[in-house]
Amino acid sequence: MDSPQAAPPGPPDAGPAVPEPRGGDDPYLRVDDLRVRFDTADGVVRAVDGVSFTVPRGRTLGVVGESGSGKSVTALAVLGLHDPRRGTVTGTISVGGRQLVGLPEDRVRRLRGRDVAMIFQDPLSALHPYYSVGRQIAEAYRVHHPRAGRRAARARAVDMLDRVGIPQPARRYDQYPHEFSGGMRQRAMIAMALVNDPALVIADEPTTALDVTVQAQILDLLADLQAEFRTAIVLITHDLGVVAQVADDVLVMYAGRVVERGSVTQVLRRPQHPYTWGLLSSVPSLHGDPDADLVPIPGNPPSLIDLPAGCAFHPRCRYAGDRSRAEVPQLVPAGADGHLVACHLPTDDRARLATVPLGERRLP
Amino acid sequence: MARFLVKRLFSAALTLFAVSVLSFLMFFALPRDPVTGMCPKNCNPERLERVRQELGLRDPLISQYAGYMKGIVTGRDLGSAQGGRCDAPCLGWSYVSNEAVSDTIARVLPVTLSIVVPAAVLWLLLGVGLGMVSALRRGTWLDRAAIGFSLAGASLQLYFVGAVLLLVFVYTLHWLPVPSYTPLSDDPLRWAGGLVLAWLALAFLFSAIYARLSRAQMLETLSEDFVRTARAKGLSRRTVYGRHALRAAITPVVTIAGLDVGGALGGTVITETTFGLGGMGRTAVDAVRAGDLPTIMATVLIAAVFVVLANVLVDLLYAAIDPRVRLR
Repeated sequence: MDSPQAAPPGPPDAGPAVPEPRGGDDPYLRVDDLRVRFDTADGVVRAVDGVSFTVPRGRTLGVVGESGSGKSVTALAVLGLHDPRRGTVTGTISVGGRQLVGLPEDRVRRLRGRDVAMIFQDPLSALHPYYSVGRQIAEAYRVHHPRAGRRAARARAVDMLDRVGIPQPARRYDQYPHEFSGGMRQRAMIAMALVNDPALVIADEPTTALDVTVQAQILDLLADLQAEFRTAIVLITHDLGVVAQVADDVLVMYAGRVVERGSVTQVLRRPQHPYTWGLLSSVPSLHGDPDADLVPIPGNPPSLIDLPAGCAFHPRCRYAGDRSRAEVPQLVPAGADGHLVACHLPTDDRARLATVPLGERRLP
Repeated sequence: MARFLVKRLFSAALTLFAVSVLSFLMFFALPRDPVTGMCPKNCNPERLERVRQELGLRDPLISQYAGYMKGIVTGRDLGSAQGGRCDAPCLGWSYVSNEAVSDTIARVLPVTLSIVVPAAVLWLLLGVGLGMVSALRRGTWLDRAAIGFSLAGASLQLYFVGAVLLLVFVYTLHWLPVPSYTPLSDDPLRWAGGLVLAWLALAFLFSAIYARLSRAQMLETLSEDFVRTARAKGLSRRTVYGRHALRAAITPVVTIAGLDVGGALGGTVITETTFGLGGMGRTAVDAVRAGDLPTIMATVLIAAVFVVLANVLVDLLYAAIDPRVRLR
């Protein structure tokens, strides 16, 4: 079925639009003071409020937080997918050295899917139900390779399906999303995201809709492909287990702000922010006391229209003091190199609390 | 796909059979003696009896039905009083117009087709186009104008719109001739000139529904995940909206369009009356008034054929649009 002039597997003819950063110290994605606000009838929603982070090639940043913490809004901003009529994006989003914010739609569009690709949460609704899976992958290829013919695009799509571990890729090419199992669909979605060898992949809850065994396979697949292509990955999830498994760095978001940032070891082993403590203590453990109660974080995430004054987390925080209620905490270095936290708790208090089991932490 | 087609065609045939039986029974279910309408003057018992014999009304019901159906398929001999040999598709003899019903239909059906087919093309293009534009330009003056237009279309009546169009374009500006039917093969320009107001009036009223429906569908589709995926792939807005979103939004429009077009082909009484065009609708109404049973039955049957065929077509279109339908 494949034609002799089909494109060879491997990098497409148009490589990354920007040369690899030299020396590796220049991160592929740099987000600086990103703000996304939506003007609604009820008021201004500050969905993302001054978020900064970087992701170098070959590394994975895990972004965690509850629903509404601004994770997905950040991701969509990096893809330039916010409707300018409804949302205002300010700050810096630098992808391979190009500032995305303020770039005309047509230029951003050419980056999308080629340099920055996205993997969505629910592949059943994220794939078009009326087009065959292969065709959707081929379409993603052709839009950035206008000179590639139908056959070349098909060959490339089949090759990608094969690479993400879908058996009989040539036959599967012509099948529709509803004919795929959940895991296979997510593999196809990954194949579609990677078809143009993007330097940056944003995965928004890529395994949430899958059962656990498939989850592990998909994460392994992502890790393999990352190792092969030195892809920078932003992994959005609320599953700390997933973060522990694949992330190099972690960003904890709350109410549109970063509350803690650091390497995966720093954030998961020596968490500094009470919100991170809360997240960790609400995860069941296989090792601890099976009868121990999970400790949920009391209350609900705040309305983004009417944020609590000071630290947005203070109404749910048992360590909140007067300063927390008055003043927004800034991200400051906490202990180890590169570990940042936005909390008014004095460093020594925090250090002392960190030695106490999560559920029993109390301020004197 | 072949199995799907066969199944649909089979159920369509079954529906048509049921319609033919029911409309045939109408002859006998009506409170009126079918014969009196066919023997208008100088009726005496002998003559009535003769007509009954000619019509085969003394035969058992089943053989009458079989004879009627046979006439449609192969033609049959109706006897000298009814024009003798009646070729397939024979729909009987009308004593009111004194001609074979199939001749009447052959005369009026092209009129209805000429009204409905171009009007349907117009109203679909206009309706879906307006709906798309107003969905994509939601909240702008364009959207509001489109909503206003469709509100007007949905609330006005055809005889009013038709009368206004006639008054303006025919009787005041004299841009157009008084509506009349000229066969397309005779003179395409006169054909169009005589029917264009009917098309416009129908298109205006029908496109209203389509504009609203496709606007709502489009808005719903635009919030679908797969539309976001299409944009994330780097596709142009044109491709995202025109291909990915439109294809998903169009399915309910196809359903309604099938029903509307199928129904309209059976006759557009008000349109035909407003513009003085003698099509299927007028013929059916006149036949009912005159108690012209063979003609009534023929118009009912033909309307049913159109509706059923339109539905088969809709099913096929559905299957072509949505691969999931083919599985069922």
